[in-house]
Amino acid sequence: MDALSILVAVCLAYVIVLFAVAFLAEQMAGQGRGQWLRSPLIYTLSLSIYCTGWTFYGAVGYAARSGLEFITIYLGPTLVMIGWWWGLRKLVRIGRSQRVTSIADLLASRYGKSNLLAIGVTILAVISVTPYIALQLQSITLSFSIFADAGASHGGGANPAMMPPDNSAFLVAVGLAIFAILFGTRNLDANERHHGVVTAVALEAVVKLVALLAVGIFVVWGLGGGLSETLARVDASEIGTWQVHGGRWTAITLLAAAAVVCLPRMFQVMVVENDDERHLRTAAWAFPLYLLLMSLFVVPIAVVGLDLLPDGSNPDLFVLSLPLMAGEDGLAMLAFLGGFSSATSMVIVAAMALSIMVSNHLVMPLYLSTKWGKGAMAAGDVRHVVLLVRRVSIGVIMALGYFYFDLSGDGTALAAIGLIAFAGIAQILPALVGGLFWRGATRIGALSGLSVGFALWVYTSLLPGIGPQGLIPAGIMENGLLGLAWLKPHALFGIEGMDPIVHTVLWSLLLNTAAFIAMSLLSFPSPLERLQGAQFVHVFDRSVGPRGWTGSLAQSEDLVIMAQRILGPDRAQALFQREARRQGARGNLPEPTPEFLDRLERELSGSIGTATAHAMIVQIVGGETVSVEDLMAVADESAQLLEYSTQLETKSAELTRTAAQLREANDKLTQISLQKDSFLSQVSHELRTPMTSIRAFSEILRDTERLGEEEKSRYAGIIHAEAIRLTRLLDDLLDLSVLENGQVSLNRRSASLSEVLDRAVASALAGAERPIRVDRRPREEAVEIHTDLDRLAQVFINLIGNAQKYCVSDAPRLTIRVRGMGDRLAVDFVDNGTGVPREARALVFEKFARVGGDKAGGAGLGLAICREIMDRLGGDITYLDGHQGGAFRVLLPAQQAMAAQ
Amino acid sequence: MSTRRPNIFLERETYRRRRVLDAARLLPVLGAALLALPLLWPQQGEAGALPMSLVTIYYFTVWALLILCVFIFGRTTRKWDAGAEPRPPRAAPQPGDPRGR
Repeated sequence: MDALSILVAVCLAYVIVLFAVAFLAEQMAGQGRGQWLRSPLIYTLSLSIYCTGWTFYGAVGYAARSGLEFITIYLGPTLVMIGWWWGLRKLVRIGRSQRVTSIADLLASRYGKSNLLAIGVTILAVISVTPYIALQLQSITLSFSIFADAGASHGGGANPAMMPPDNSAFLVAVGLAIFAILFGTRNLDANERHHGVVTAVALEAVVKLVALLAVGIFVVWGLGGGLSETLARVDASEIGTWQVHGGRWTAITLLAAAAVVCLPRMFQVMVVENDDERHLRTAAWAFPLYLLLMSLFVVPIAVVGLDLLPDGSNPDLFVLSLPLMAGEDGLAMLAFLGGFSSATSMVIVAAMALSIMVSNHLVMPLYLSTKWGKGAMAAGDVRHVVLLVRRVSIGVIMALGYFYFDLSGDGTALAAIGLIAFAGIAQILPALVGGLFWRGATRIGALSGLSVGFALWVYTSLLPGIGPQGLIPAGIMENGLLGLAWLKPHALFGIEGMDPIVHTVLWSLLLNTAAFIAMSLLSFPSPLERLQGAQFVHVFDRSVGPRGWTGSLAQSEDLVIMAQRILGPDRAQALFQREARRQGARGNLPEPTPEFLDRLERELSGSIGTATAHAMIVQIVGGETVSVEDLMAVADESAQLLEYSTQLETKSAELTRTAAQLREANDKLTQISLQKDSFLSQVSHELRTPMTSIRAFSEILRDTERLGEEEKSRYAGIIHAEAIRLTRLLDDLLDLSVLENGQVSLNRRSASLSEVLDRAVASALAGAERPIRVDRRPREEAVEIHTDLDRLAQVFINLIGNAQKYCVSDAPRLTIRVRGMGDRLAVDFVDNGTGVPREARALVFEKFARVGGDKAGGAGLGLAICREIMDRLGGDITYLDGHQGGAFRVLLPAQQAMAAQ
Repeated sequence: MSTRRPNIFLERETYRRRRVLDAARLLPVLGAALLALPLLWPQQGEAGALPMSLVTIYYFTVWALLILCVFIFGRTTRKWDAGAEPRPPRAAPQPGDPRGR
């Protein structure tokens, strides 16, 4: 049995083991057993599909050609993983909460469930991953061929018919397609989890790591002669001096960092297949550690290979050819299995991820919009169609990969194609990062950025890179498109001499990002887009879904029918029953509340993608409304809180104000009640004094027998005088009460002020024994006034009377002066007596206020009445400070004082 | 007095958590800086060009250190899960533990 036959047998046995593992894992997961299937270890190992056949074989070749540059392919992902707390954690959380099925689905969901965007990302992914799949086929074929060569040299006499390379690639492609179809499309799981595939991939991860480490250890300690000797050999080799191209270094690190998130297969295992967010915690250190171990022996293997193998051997295959050269067939077999594992696991997961994208975003929307698809929705089981579409998609993708492999041949170095694929997939990065961290990112912006980046990538990297000569005519490469020199594919905008990959990365990502940001700033997103944007960016702050659906009970039945066709009858029934119970409905049909529709949409999107699920519910429910309230609720809960607290504040201020008003009113009432009491007691007192005297004298008149006429008339005179005083007091009180209640009716007439004063002086001084001398200036008094003349005269009489009564002077004199005070007219009454003591001035206008005892027998109401009258007339009366004697000022409003001239 | 002491403790713990998270955010920046550093070193054709073995050892050392840092960060934050990301309580809350840990 020659080496090649053994190889094929081992391969088949290995594949059978993989099948068995995948099958067992599916079984265990189906029965709910096997918690270890969901452990962080399996998760981390499944991430290792990042290390493909390119990595396994190509890294050594890369190191042999360019020294340490190969390490950038691993450093990029390491940087992403160690920043998991603010990057990947958010991505995984969103992926789980939105039930995302692929990277295209994530972008579609973020940008308003736009299927157009999903289609764009899907096309981009298929175009850039196909060469990558071809690369894996190439690596497997190459490894076969080297065994064939070895077998030929061992067995003597080559047998070309035994090992046609094309045939082997074809067989491998078919085998991988079958595996992917069997385990990648078994069911439409809720979150597209494929335990079988993931477990098989994890096993393959172990195999490739063990294989590479074994080869490495053998090379260092078996061939190289120990660690220090190997290091010495490294320094002595042609890559023995530190040499680096800074631009390429940075660009490739960036590409690798983008690829670990954006590659469909990485997204599949990292986000979609993620069972528990906390697994990231372990993967964050374990995956970089895995990468470190994978690259630990790359440089030694490359150097020893360059040293020991004959010139012209393919450095991409040192991993295999070194053990073969040393005659270690077992180790070579292990290394071959490692490379085989790397290639197959990548191809299977990539084909699966791409088939999900193709079926969810390209085929299903088309199918559902055709008549046939609508008929199927009403009568058949859509799940079969979806599964069929996926199976066919996997076949088509594998076929594309195979044709690409056939087309490009095996002349190109593995790493070059890999980098082209990375650069293509990295075009997703701006829209992805922007979508996760910037609420202002819009669908138009994402579409523009992707289109610009995609076009530049195709023009500068993909087309020139395909095949030995590239697909772009030499004329364009030399002179630029349409003869424009600044459009040369490898020297855009006239900048020559850049490394092609750096050139592509620089221009495509730069202009991609610029277009994305500029168009996002210029465009205006739809409400749904804004809602989704807020949910994505603030995924850690809130867990409420968008509540945009409106429906009626009549549609519930249609929803059940549709859900059954997508989820299967059992799961759909269970979902609807659970929901009905949650709502407390009696039957099995829940109300199509917005919450329920939202949950249903997510459930469906787990099977057919966000955009399609959304479209299907729209078909039945007939549209959605994103109200301003929804936007408020999701986007600006804090604003609502603020408004609420402002309302509370306003209310509390209002209450405080009302309470203050009430307290004031209460104070006033209390005061008024006190005033009334004191007024009553004062009035009683005032009434009692004359009454007492009247009673006493009338008793004397009644009881005393012998009274002289003279005495009688004197007593009667006293009684009469007291009675008059009493009457006057009552008159005054009546007058005051009328004035205070505002019941007085004013009798307005026009007259000259001097007339009124004349009358007042005459009536006040009538009958006085020693009339006060009045000093007036007739010219000032010639002012026409229009007011209640009698009332005004009453005020004047009172003032003049007071002066007559209280002026204690040898030559009493009253000075009356009239002057204009702006818009008012002032009439001053100043006498030459002692005036009112300072402390009593505030009180003279109060009722019953009397200064210096009851000398003149007044009731103390005169000035109070004066003030009331002047209030009624719209004027005022005040005491004038700054005069020796008593001084009062009467103010008349202007409209009542008209110039007489 | 006995009710105030846990508060002070909690404050300090929260503060510490924030700083650890700051450090975790800065770790990729530190990593990028350390990994880009050799770009400035003398290269082939320049005076004092470094041997490949030295640069290789530098890279793998930095790499291992970064992995160690993330590992320690993961271990530190593992204990926070209950506090940092509130999840629906499975059982009745423990009456004796006011801090909810």
